[in-house]
Amino acid sequence: MRVAVAMSGGVDSSVAALLLKEQGLEVVGLSMQLWDHSSESGRTGRCCTLDDLSDARRVAWALDIPHYVVNLEEEFRRDVVRPFVASYLGGETPIPCSACNSRVKFTTLWDRARAMGCAAVATGHYARAESDEATGRFVLKKGLDPAKDQSYFLYDLAPDQLAAARFPVGALTKAEVRAHARRAGLPTADKEESQEICFVPAGTRAGEFVEAAAPGLGLSLPALPGVVENARGERLGTHAGHFRFTVGQRRGLRVSAADRLYVISIDPEANRVVVGGALELETSETEVSSLRFPSGESPRSPFRAEVRVRHRAPEVPATVHPRVDGTARVVFDRPVRAVAPGQSCVFYRGDVVIGGGLIARTPEARASFEAGGA
Amino acid sequence: MIYLDNNASTPLDPDVRAAITVALDLYGNPSSVHSDGRRARRAIEEARDDVARLVGARAEEIFFTSGGTEANALAIFGGSRETGRVVTSAVEHPSVREPVSRLAGESGAGAVAVDPEPSGAIDPERILEASPSGTRLASVMAANNEFGAVFPVSEIARTLRARNVPFHCDAVQAAGRIPVDAPGWDVDLLSISAHKLHGPKGVGALYVRRGFPLRAHTPGGGQEKKIRGGTENTAGIVGFGVAARLARERLPEAGRIAALRDRLESGILATIRQTRVAGGVAPRLPNTTTILFGGLSGEALLIRLDLEGVAVSVGSACSSGTLAPSPAILALGYSRDEARGAVRFSLSRWNTPDEIDRVLAMLPGAVAAARDARSTTALARTP
Repeated sequence: MRVAVAMSGGVDSSVAALLLKEQGLEVVGLSMQLWDHSSESGRTGRCCTLDDLSDARRVAWALDIPHYVVNLEEEFRRDVVRPFVASYLGGETPIPCSACNSRVKFTTLWDRARAMGCAAVATGHYARAESDEATGRFVLKKGLDPAKDQSYFLYDLAPDQLAAARFPVGALTKAEVRAHARRAGLPTADKEESQEICFVPAGTRAGEFVEAAAPGLGLSLPALPGVVENARGERLGTHAGHFRFTVGQRRGLRVSAADRLYVISIDPEANRVVVGGALELETSETEVSSLRFPSGESPRSPFRAEVRVRHRAPEVPATVHPRVDGTARVVFDRPVRAVAPGQSCVFYRGDVVIGGGLIARTPEARASFEAGGA
Repeated sequence: MIYLDNNASTPLDPDVRAAITVALDLYGNPSSVHSDGRRARRAIEEARDDVARLVGARAEEIFFTSGGTEANALAIFGGSRETGRVVTSAVEHPSVREPVSRLAGESGAGAVAVDPEPSGAIDPERILEASPSGTRLASVMAANNEFGAVFPVSEIARTLRARNVPFHCDAVQAAGRIPVDAPGWDVDLLSISAHKLHGPKGVGALYVRRGFPLRAHTPGGGQEKKIRGGTENTAGIVGFGVAARLARERLPEAGRIAALRDRLESGILATIRQTRVAGGVAPRLPNTTTILFGGLSGEALLIRLDLEGVAVSVGSACSSGTLAPSPAILALGYSRDEARGAVRFSLSRWNTPDEIDRVLAMLPGAVAAARDARSTTALARTP
């Protein structure tokens, strides 16, 4: 069987390729050229640098597997970067990694891999895709290493994408992955990992990237300056663009107050950032849109789940009330802080990812934003 | 491996390899007066004779370089006037395109790139319209590397001569595949490369018409009549000489190679729907065909074929190994989507009818898989 491995030049995908090769599969290494950093005045981002491509190529040499660089810049710009910037401009804090997984790695790249005669696409994600013998369906599970689990970024895979996915390092710890890399003499064994957004140049905040990238993507920036208000509508100051803020953010507000102030909501239409005290940041429920269920079973009635509203956030027990239109109301058992629109809300039952969706600003605001941004 | 990427590079001819192996021991500096130096000098000058004959030139009109790219840069930077615009076709190799855009940026007079016709042909009239007297330099390739069209260089040269416009021709893909006659065409400058005609990499040559005022761009020890300093690549030049001699002797094989190419091309058109030949109406090199496969990514098909042991290419080979729609195919008037499905097959004398038939046997399945993958994705992407 021929299998493609998405090789980023990091140790996780290097070991993914190693393990599949050792299973006797015909492994084809594919590195994605996603973003051209040369256009950004000397600043280098953290993905797709020539160094990373060269690392991936060296690993492929070490494993004696064919390796190709696949240029997906257009798709990445269309399916990841533009929605990312549009989402920020819509008052949200998006997660580009989920879109990259479901729309680029397991769509466009999987598409290319199938054309090459590959039966599956493997990545270096810490997650597991297991076949449920009772139902014949695939189930997405957390990676076994709790410190590394990346299932939060994979909940929106469709069932056929999950069926094609292989996560060879999902049952390993990071230390075990590095040990495998050292054992096999892979040149990436001790390479540092990056946790940041790959296309945002090092040392640049997401807001600066949004401001720089929006015009080239045909997206317009709000008029400046915008206002900072409290929930009672009292003006406390100004800001240089609501897209520089995230719900829960405390720094950079430049507003003096007796108590600590946090961003509690963002109103992109009015370019307004609303601030308040820690208590105002708490919420007992949230609206979720674009529901996805990777196993293919969409629950029709309310169900209990442990819910994550952020990568690495502690899980909170909750009741999910799904609606037929693909939205849901999620009611937490106890109040949760800083639930940021645009982030993913992922539902777990133990190790199993039941599904998830996108945290909406409000049902009305999101609907109008999606209609305008489609 | 079935090698159908000869426009990127060609396998070394065994006779060339033998000559290079011997010449590696010609360690003397060709500029030295002693007998070791003189032996190396003699080998180089004999090679110069052979290379000159390949393009109908005299030995003193041949200047060795490190390859086609350097020959093009030497011609464009060293052969252009001080002022005026630069004129090229829109489908030149990057080693012409890039120096031309640098020149154009310096002079402020700009550059004009003339598009080919959809047939693949270049209309000489359009080059002439773009090149008034006082034009800094015109550069038009003899044959296109991607879709193989052969351009009317001698017609262009004749009228440019009347206007006294310096004219350079990149004949890297043409030399060894079709007759090249630099003095007969009446070009001022003409570039060729060894590794496109079964010679070694790292050696090429610029033909400079006798009396043409070429400026040096590599000062140094005075080699190549002070035009291109640097101790000569003796073994490479010797290999180039043998390759040039063999290529000239083997020009009559063009008919056989064209028959193989036609067998491949007509087989693809007959067995695979939604296929057409890019720029296939104009006169073409005998060894080249670029097929536009509708509804698939040429890149994916290339990789699939590579995994099955067939070497082809999409666009021109890029040093980083990344692939984007070919500007040359776009210049023919195709959309980005159409250009994305372009795959180039370029043959040589070493290909056999059996190889072509094996490729024809595997292509329909590979193409169907590539198309199937793409259509499924289109469905999956619909929300």
